[in-house]
Amino acid sequence: MRLSRAAAIVLRQFYLLRGSPSRVFPLFVWVAIDIVLWGFITRYLGTITHQPGMDLLPALLGAVLLWDFLTRVMQGVTMAFFEDVWSRNFLNVFATPMTITEYVTGLVLSSIATSSVGLVVMLVVAGAVFGLSMLVYGAMLVPFLLVLFLFGIALGIIGTAVVLRLGPSAEWFIWPIPALLSPFVGVFYPLSTLPSWMQAIARLLPPSYVFEGMRTIVAGGSVSWTTVLMGGGLAVLYIVLAALFFNRVFRLAVRTGLIARYSAESVS
Amino acid sequence: MAEPSSNPPVLSVRELCKSYASTVAVDGISFEVGRNEIVGLLGPNGAGKTTTINMVLGVLEPTSGAIHIQGVDLSKRRSQALEYTNFAAVYAPLPGNLTVVQNLRYFGMIYGVKRVSERIEALLQEFDLTRFRDTKCGVLSSGEQTRVALAKAMLNRPQLLLLDEPTASLDPSTARDIRARIRDFTAKGTGGVLWTSHNMYEVEEVCDRVLFMSRGKVLLQGDPRKLPHEHGKATLEELFITVAREPLALEHP
Repeated sequence: MRLSRAAAIVLRQFYLLRGSPSRVFPLFVWVAIDIVLWGFITRYLGTITHQPGMDLLPALLGAVLLWDFLTRVMQGVTMAFFEDVWSRNFLNVFATPMTITEYVTGLVLSSIATSSVGLVVMLVVAGAVFGLSMLVYGAMLVPFLLVLFLFGIALGIIGTAVVLRLGPSAEWFIWPIPALLSPFVGVFYPLSTLPSWMQAIARLLPPSYVFEGMRTIVAGGSVSWTTVLMGGGLAVLYIVLAALFFNRVFRLAVRTGLIARYSAESVS
Repeated sequence: MAEPSSNPPVLSVRELCKSYASTVAVDGISFEVGRNEIVGLLGPNGAGKTTTINMVLGVLEPTSGAIHIQGVDLSKRRSQALEYTNFAAVYAPLPGNLTVVQNLRYFGMIYGVKRVSERIEALLQEFDLTRFRDTKCGVLSSGEQTRVALAKAMLNRPQLLLLDEPTASLDPSTARDIRARIRDFTAKGTGGVLWTSHNMYEVEEVCDRVLFMSRGKVLLQGDPRKLPHEHGKATLEELFITVAREPLALEHP
């Protein structure tokens, strides 16, 4: 693998971001709005509920922050891919020596850069305006972020594969994926709240382990490394499955001529 | 990059087939593109030209057959084989939201071009693009966009250059210029060109050899200046029209 080819994808994203406020603002505006909105909701709930030992700030606002981070990671991958869809660039990109691994690595590196911007903005707003310190999660903050990052990457790769397979209009299947998953992973409530069939699904989703762990810490308990490793292991598994899925879809697209038709729909 | 086998043709296509369900788009064609040679791939719409080019570009998998670029098997060592190629096609403009220089740098990195900044400057001059260097490609005229696409196609000094109607949107003066540059490319280097065009005048002027395709098969091949007379036609255009309308007459003379 040549990293310079993956770096080309990142450079392209940088060029696009540098010259386009409409691409830069979404990196931090929506997450900042989310943090402000949920920050005030948390404050309000704090005034009407007086549960001893329950700190709403890290339980609610922290959950929003972590969930938005996952969403941004996923969108970081898909947005970099959509740039090729929107500019009808598939033929130019895939008729080069760049391998699929290099291309997907480029998408992931782009996502690391763009999602980091969102994360920093959220941390600053949540800390400065509402006094949330993510240090409340202790040493578990790092594995929590890592699990969510890995799962976000997996979702992003799956999303790109779906759009590659079904065509540009399928991007509308991709945007709601985090919203569809959020009820299952218990962002705002313990998994025990869910019916058993939803709990069964939740156990297959890495973020469930993060949010359950987060609430355990906020309630004064401690999270076992087994739980974290379970979440991390699942996230790695999903990345492997996502990469296999993308590779399979790409091979199908090469076999059926889909790659060429993405750019050359009217070619004789 | 591993060294290619000693002095193979830049492109060797053997018994290449592509079928979609019951439709045969390319039907067992074989041909080569030699060094310093410009080969025209001609034929009516739907003949299989672009399907063939897409297979050579590695974006369409053949049903059967083999493609070797510079002696490297495309199906086995795709990335290495494609390092020797580049292409420009009217239906594959470069991203319009990047400037000329940004596009060239982006693709230069992908093709692993050494000293990419110097190479970009040279190409900007060669294709008369210096004044557009910081202009977004999407706002360039179609002729200017074609020149940018050709500059991108020359970035890695390809051994095999694939050009799908490269002059389709150019005015006659610019088209002549571009033809001269492509001829220069094959004359001075060691590369070859596979060129499709519907402009028979251009084909006669540029191509050393032409392949006439119809219904997925290569019906005729030869020198574009001699081929019409060998088949009782006054011009290449007449021959083209016969291929398009009565391919069977040529298939079974």
